[in-house]
Amino acid sequence: MSDLMKLTLAGARDALRSGQTTAVELTEASLAAVEASKPLNAFVHDTSDIARAQAVAADLRLQAGDAPDMCGLPIGMKDLFCTKGVATQAASAILKGFKPEYESTVSQKLFDAGAVMVGKLNMDEFAMGSSNETSTYGNAVNPWKVDGRELTPGGSSGGSASAVAAETCLAATGTDTGGSIRQPAAFTGITGIKPTYGRCSRWGIVAFASSLDQAGPITKDVRDAAIMLEAMCGFDPKDSTSMNLPVPNFEAALTGDIRGKTIGIPKEYRVDGMPDALETLWSEGTAMLRDAGATVRDISLPHTKYALPAYYVIAPAEASSNLARYDGVRFGHRAKLEAGDGITEMYEKTRAEGFGAEVQRRVMVGTYVLSAGFYDAYYNRARRVRALIKKDFDDAFASGVDAILTPSTPSAAFGLGEMADADPVQMYLFDVFTVTVNLAGLPGISVPAGLDSKGLPLGLQLIGRPWEEGDLLNTAFRLGKSYGL
Amino acid sequence: MSIDTQTAARVAKLARIKVDEADLSALAQEFTNILGFIEQLNEVDVEGVEPMTSVTPQRLFRREDVVNDGNQQAAVLANAPDSREGFFAVPMVVE
Repeated sequence: MSDLMKLTLAGARDALRSGQTTAVELTEASLAAVEASKPLNAFVHDTSDIARAQAVAADLRLQAGDAPDMCGLPIGMKDLFCTKGVATQAASAILKGFKPEYESTVSQKLFDAGAVMVGKLNMDEFAMGSSNETSTYGNAVNPWKVDGRELTPGGSSGGSASAVAAETCLAATGTDTGGSIRQPAAFTGITGIKPTYGRCSRWGIVAFASSLDQAGPITKDVRDAAIMLEAMCGFDPKDSTSMNLPVPNFEAALTGDIRGKTIGIPKEYRVDGMPDALETLWSEGTAMLRDAGATVRDISLPHTKYALPAYYVIAPAEASSNLARYDGVRFGHRAKLEAGDGITEMYEKTRAEGFGAEVQRRVMVGTYVLSAGFYDAYYNRARRVRALIKKDFDDAFASGVDAILTPSTPSAAFGLGEMADADPVQMYLFDVFTVTVNLAGLPGISVPAGLDSKGLPLGLQLIGRPWEEGDLLNTAFRLGKSYGL
Repeated sequence: MSIDTQTAARVAKLARIKVDEADLSALAQEFTNILGFIEQLNEVDVEGVEPMTSVTPQRLFRREDVVNDGNQQAAVLANAPDSREGFFAVPMVVE
């Protein structure tokens, strides 16, 4: 078969099962595409030896007729997932040389399902960023281009989005703490879903903000998202916040029938300075769902405005605690010490050398909001506001809304380096539509909706009821069908 | 609220991150900007609202209190920057 990398996961799965191609052939095509994609800087650790061995094993399973959906399919793995014996750095200098002695639950589940890992993927350092510009490996680049400018693929899962959009692998893992799957998917014209908090085990994923972090797939379309998500999620006794619920067959939920469903359109997501193209695409998406038989209703999520400031208390607070483990003692970088330096100097120098500017900033903001005298004023207040943000969604769902349609991001991808002189807060604003979903623990999916005036992709986000990813995927699938995807 | 360099230095110390004296005023300015952004939260009426601890109302999963792992000294130490005789090695802590 030619153009193997143009296949979707579903298409490649069917081609493998019908014997039109083999896992080895697919994997070689992917590895060649990875090699040719160097200028994108999406892949940061070579795992070609592992991929080739996994492909041979996958072909044996296919021949034996014991092949789960993901069997033999080449995927990329975000550098945040601990992979046994393979460099895992969370794109940070402080984890240089770290090779885990264990496998993350999600990557293990994918391998058990027969997936082939063709490489580890670039990202923002410790997943803190919205443009993949905080990575110790340098920027990942968006395969979309206008005016000869190099654009961000978004972040933090920028390498994942770039790799899938550039058709170097069929899909990739991502993680999403404030929008890090959905925003890069939108910026690169592909699909990304963050499931309900507790659906995917966080065990073995380098922690950023534990009450917000969730893994999910970045794929070419909604069907692929359903297939790969199913392989990634499920109860794990090693993650105390993992939910003990059966995993539904998500692909079987894709009937395309959304008649009788109610879609909410939140007025608070209409922000100043939103590009006309985005406004138009949002209205068109709304009309498409209505034409497909859904009822569309205006809703209010009154605390939306406070989601970003609440997030920028809670996420740094949790990060400052989680990142305390990088002390130069058990793993990763240790600073060279001078005569007379004690253990405190070792901690301070190690962390100053190992953490990049944005990570240092967030660890220190987190330290401040948790410090004596400020804990109530900042951290506890943010957690109260978080409860109100969740209640906004609970109220909408209780009033009969099945899913909420919003833009994924306030604009299309910006140029790499263009935000370099901006206030950090300006960069945070790119997460304005996605961060609410993490705070409320809900499933959210970004699907490509069209192009802006310059020809760059824009995404629409659908937000679903907790634990109803199947229904959410089906609504997204219907929307995708309206776009002819 | 404005953060002074003394506060910035204290936070850096608490976070165990070495910050050069010369960089403290820029850091203090960044904190001031970020905290200014966060201060919007004071507009919200949170009277009677419990701080959220978990998005899903569930008790944390608990397992039996029995040993289920161990005897992995080599694996535990495999990534240590400095280990000796089966221990992590660090600079002198107590004189």
